[in-house]
Amino acid sequence: MLVVDIVLTGLIIGGIYSLIALGLTLQYGVARIMNLSYGEFLVAAALIAFSLYTGMALSPLIGILIVVPTAFALNWLVFELLLTPLVRRARHRDMLEVDSILATFGMLFVIQGVALIIFGGQYFSYSYLSIPVSVLGSALAVNRLVALAFATVIGIAIYLALTRTRTGTAIRAVAVDPVSAQLVAIDVRRASAFAYALGGALVAAAGVLVSMFLTFHASMGVEFTMKALIVVIMGGVGNMLGALVAGFLLGIGETAVARLLDPGLTLAATYALFLAVLLIRPTGLFGRSTH
Amino acid sequence: MQSGFGRAWFKAALVGAIGLGVAATTAEAQQSIKIGWAISKTGPYVGGATMTLLNPYKLWVRDVNAAGGINLGGKKVPIEVIEYDDRSNSDEMIKALERLINQDKVDFLFPPWGTGFSLASAPIFARAGYPQILVTATTDRSPEFAKRWPNSFWLLGTATEMAESAVATFTKLRSESKIGDTIALIGVADQFGIELSTATRIALGKANFKIVYDKSYPIGTQDMQPILTEAMRSGADVFMAASYPPDTFAIIDQAKVLNYNPKVFFTSVGTAFPVVKQRFGANAEGIMGTGGWNADSPSLKDYLRRHVEAHGSEPDRWASPVTYSSLQMLQQAIEKVGKIDRAAVIKELQSGTFDTVYGKVKLVENRFLDVFQTGQWQGGEYYGIGPSRLAGSRAPVMKPAWKQ
Repeated sequence: MLVVDIVLTGLIIGGIYSLIALGLTLQYGVARIMNLSYGEFLVAAALIAFSLYTGMALSPLIGILIVVPTAFALNWLVFELLLTPLVRRARHRDMLEVDSILATFGMLFVIQGVALIIFGGQYFSYSYLSIPVSVLGSALAVNRLVALAFATVIGIAIYLALTRTRTGTAIRAVAVDPVSAQLVAIDVRRASAFAYALGGALVAAAGVLVSMFLTFHASMGVEFTMKALIVVIMGGVGNMLGALVAGFLLGIGETAVARLLDPGLTLAATYALFLAVLLIRPTGLFGRSTH
Repeated sequence: MQSGFGRAWFKAALVGAIGLGVAATTAEAQQSIKIGWAISKTGPYVGGATMTLLNPYKLWVRDVNAAGGINLGGKKVPIEVIEYDDRSNSDEMIKALERLINQDKVDFLFPPWGTGFSLASAPIFARAGYPQILVTATTDRSPEFAKRWPNSFWLLGTATEMAESAVATFTKLRSESKIGDTIALIGVADQFGIELSTATRIALGKANFKIVYDKSYPIGTQDMQPILTEAMRSGADVFMAASYPPDTFAIIDQAKVLNYNPKVFFTSVGTAFPVVKQRFGANAEGIMGTGGWNADSPSLKDYLRRHVEAHGSEPDRWASPVTYSSLQMLQQAIEKVGKIDRAAVIKELQSGTFDTVYGKVKLVENRFLDVFQTGQWQGGEYYGIGPSRLAGSRAPVMKPAWKQ
């Protein structure tokens, strides 16, 4: 019973980690943009979900239908206007990574500043679907189950789309070698923009979903970016399945430590797990060596 | 509000541009009283700083200027504000304070947010001779600091006072045979959380309570289900969390999901925030926590109304009204002195009695002792329940089971 409870609670917590990381693994793994303002996009979506819910009584599950397409369009625009010049002038991948870090670091402050002006600095918190359901004897909250289901379904769907479809293969080709991809008539810029915008749409969805149970404020984006980065690197950059599995591992590891050892060690457990994975597989669980 | 601040900036710039010639003449007939503060408007502290300091700061400036200003020897002088964002960074905070003192030459300084920043800024206030009335500074060493820096005033009590007040409430319930003597104690592993947990352990030991579960969790944790499940399995009558706002809300939310119904449910910082009743509605009933106020007092009711009018949101029921009161104390001390004489104002703060929204305030060795340390949500309002000797203090009620 204890084991079942730990696994279920761990999956719920891990599902949130995976959910937060899905978008970044696309943006960083495929579009090669190390987006430091990633968490800010998440918080922005959470703030919008909050105001839709409290201001217009609009369910976040309907709000997500508004926020996600908007985020997709907005992120496409960001890629075209802000990041394409960087892609163009980058002579190699490392240069693009450094440039994108600098550019998105700036973007972080712009988004945060706008959010602070509009929403102010206080804590935002509301409950939606905070209803318990009993699964195999463990009480779980419906809102967190929704987040877990979304992460699993979307994560697997995109993984399949990337590995089984023609477009997906083209996108992966861009991720592996953008120069050679052009030689086989792949529109590299378009594929990158698509991956980046899709990542932006996913992080917006994550923001809306976590707003149902987490307390957030306009300046806490960096906490989400850090968490997402750990999951992405642990799972293998660019691999959706990796992000899912890494999130679950972290969630279950954390819960096991909290229940069996000491809740004070959860953070230590997270980083120990992270280090252990990187020592055994430096490119992450599902990562392929790139050389 | 916004345009008022904009004007203040403009005026400050103008004074700077015209130069010292004009500034010198203001000593004769003071045109405005310059008040400066450095506060976290960005970064991790912004949530707490906005709720407990910045909102009452702005409300007070608005109220005083609407009444014509501060009375300096028969002449009303309006307030000018110079504000800097410390970005939740102590180096920035120190730099901004130095600038306010040396370049902007403000008449009075308001403190930055939080215990850490309050302590870090205390030597600067002391060296420059500014009174420092602290609210969001809760340390057990405040009596010692009040002696070291006679210009510093400590209004919100200490972790030990909070712990003792909470344990006194538990003891009262035990003496009425409403609860037994087992307690599950969890706390955030961060400065104030650790201090409150430690003080609570000592107070519980003195009162012969049995701690059957005692664990800490890292700061930033919002997944409380594992730790709550273990607390629940301990079967303790009292559940107490030395928590910060985000974890406070997470603990309440997830205790409800787990249907964890201890006889006493106590969370710390954040319990006094209006978001608790907005988010949890009827389920807030019976939740105990730190802070609290006399919600039936006409002056606090009026404070609530004016706060909503100015900021569009309700104040917290702990530090916010005390912060506003601290500014009323400063104003009354300045008016009593009748001129900008900081040393005399400090003397007046040490010995005077002040009329504030919180009631009559008289400091004892630079500390305010009549502040609520324990509160409880009762009928949609967060009433002070301890120390029970304070005016308006209510008796604790038993917490009903969660409504799903």
